[in-house]
Amino acid sequence: MPLSSKHLLGLYDTPVEDIRLILDTAKTFREVLERPIKKVPTLQGQTVLNLFFEASTRTKLSFELAEKRLSADVVNFSKSGSSVQKGETFKDTVNNIISMKVDIIVVRHESAGVPQFLTRFTNAKIINAGDGRHEHPTQALLDIYSIEEKIGSVKGKKICIVGDIAHSRVALSNIFALKKLGAEVSVCGPLTMMPVNIEELGVKIYSDINKAIAENDVLNVLRIQLEREAGSSIPDLREYREYFGINAERIEKNNKDILILHPGPINRGVELSSDVADGPYQIILNQVTNGVAVRMAILYLLGTQN
Amino acid sequence: MKIKAQIIDELGIQRTITRLAHEIIEKNKGVDNLVLLGMRTRGEFLANRLQKKIQEIDGKEIPTGVLDVTLYRDDFRTRIKQPEVSVSNITFDINDKDVVLVDDVLYTGRTARAALDAIMDYGRPKTVQLCVLVDRGHRELPIKADYVGKNIPTSINEEVKVKMKEIDEVDGVFLVDSST
Repeated sequence: MPLSSKHLLGLYDTPVEDIRLILDTAKTFREVLERPIKKVPTLQGQTVLNLFFEASTRTKLSFELAEKRLSADVVNFSKSGSSVQKGETFKDTVNNIISMKVDIIVVRHESAGVPQFLTRFTNAKIINAGDGRHEHPTQALLDIYSIEEKIGSVKGKKICIVGDIAHSRVALSNIFALKKLGAEVSVCGPLTMMPVNIEELGVKIYSDINKAIAENDVLNVLRIQLEREAGSSIPDLREYREYFGINAERIEKNNKDILILHPGPINRGVELSSDVADGPYQIILNQVTNGVAVRMAILYLLGTQN
Repeated sequence: MKIKAQIIDELGIQRTITRLAHEIIEKNKGVDNLVLLGMRTRGEFLANRLQKKIQEIDGKEIPTGVLDVTLYRDDFRTRIKQPEVSVSNITFDINDKDVVLVDDVLYTGRTARAALDAIMDYGRPKTVQLCVLVDRGHRELPIKADYVGKNIPTSINEEVKVKMKEIDEVDGVFLVDSST
C-alpha cells in the first residue's frame, strides 16, 4: 500500500491512511537505528537536495542523516553564501539545481506555499521541511510517533499545544494530524498568541496553564520564537514564564502523569524550566531520535514509489 | 489463482520440520553456537517451529529472531507495486554465531541474497546456512540451500504456496497456477 501522493506538502491534505502508513513504517527504521550498522541500501542511486532558505540545525541534520542512512546521495543548499544573495530569483536558483538531476527535494522556506509552488515546475518529489507559518509535517509526525511510542495510540488522548500558536507551523501540522487520528486537541497560551478563529479547527482553548496540565495527557510545548515577532505578543519573557512557563512544581501539583514534548530548541527558563526539560516527564531527546526514523520512513515511501 | 495440487499436508510438514531439525543439529555438531533467523512472513513461523523441535530433541532453547529484508531488495526500480516493509527483531548478538536462515520457498535466490546483506549489518557470523521448506528451482543467483524440506520441480507459470496455521487457515504446501 503506497502513499496516495508523491509529495508531502502538509498534513491538512494528507489522508489518515497515509499518516498511519508513515507512522507504521517508521517503526521499521527505528529498529534500523539500533543496529551496529545503521544504514540500508534502499535509496542507492537517488539524489536528495536539501533546499534550506531558512536557518535550521535539527531538521536539516535529521533529514541529512535519514538520507545518508538510506544510502541516497545528498546535496545541500543554504541561502547564506549562495547566488540568492547576488539577486538570483528563487525560481532561477531552483531550476539550476534541478537541472543537475535530483529525485527528491526537501525544502524549508520562510514563505508559506513554497513547497507547493515547487511541484509546479519540477518532477522531483517534494517534502516540506517547514514553510512560513503554514506547516511542518515531519515535526508533527515525529511528535505523534513519540507520543504513541510512550503511551500508545493518540486516539481519544487529550493533547494540548502550549505557546505561540499564531506563529507556529508545528502547531498547525500537529492539530491537523492529531484531529484526523482521533485525539482531543487543545491549545494554551496568551490570547495575543492565538490565531483568529482558532476554534474553527475544533480545538479547545485554555488560558490557565495549571488547568491545561491537569486536564491533559500530553503537553506539546512550543518555543517562544523571539525571531518570529513573538516579542510583540507578550510584555516580556518573565511575564510569559510567570503565567505559562512549565515547571516541576506546576506538574507535581496538577498532574504527575503528564507527558511533555518540545520540538526544540528550548528557551530554558521561559517555556520550560530546567527541572522539567531534564526531568522525568519529558521525551524531548526521544523526539530527536524518532525524527530520523520518521524522516527515513517518508523518504523511503516517496523514494520507492513508482 | 487456481490450486493444482497439494504437495505436503499438515502431518507431512510436521515430519519435514522434525527431519530438518535433526539435520541442523547433526551438521553443526550440537546447538551451542546456533541461532535461527526466520524471514518474514512464513519463515518466521517456520523458524519458531524449528526452535521448538530442536528444543524437544536437544533440550536447549536457541535464540531465534526475525529478519525483514525489504530494504535490501534489488527490484525497487522495476516493481510496479511498492513492497510493504516491516520490522526486524534480532535481540541477540550474531557475531561468531552459526546463523541458520529460514524461509518457506527458495526460488530465484534474490531474497536470500538480500538476507545475506541484511545479516552483515548486524555483525559477522561464523557461518550462514540456509534452510528452506521447499526448493522450487529457477535460480537466478549462485545460491544453494543447506537444508531442504522438499525439492519441487516447477514451471515458471506455477507458484508454490506455503500455508501455515499461524496466519492461514491450514498447514500445507500447494502448487498453484499463476498464469490465470
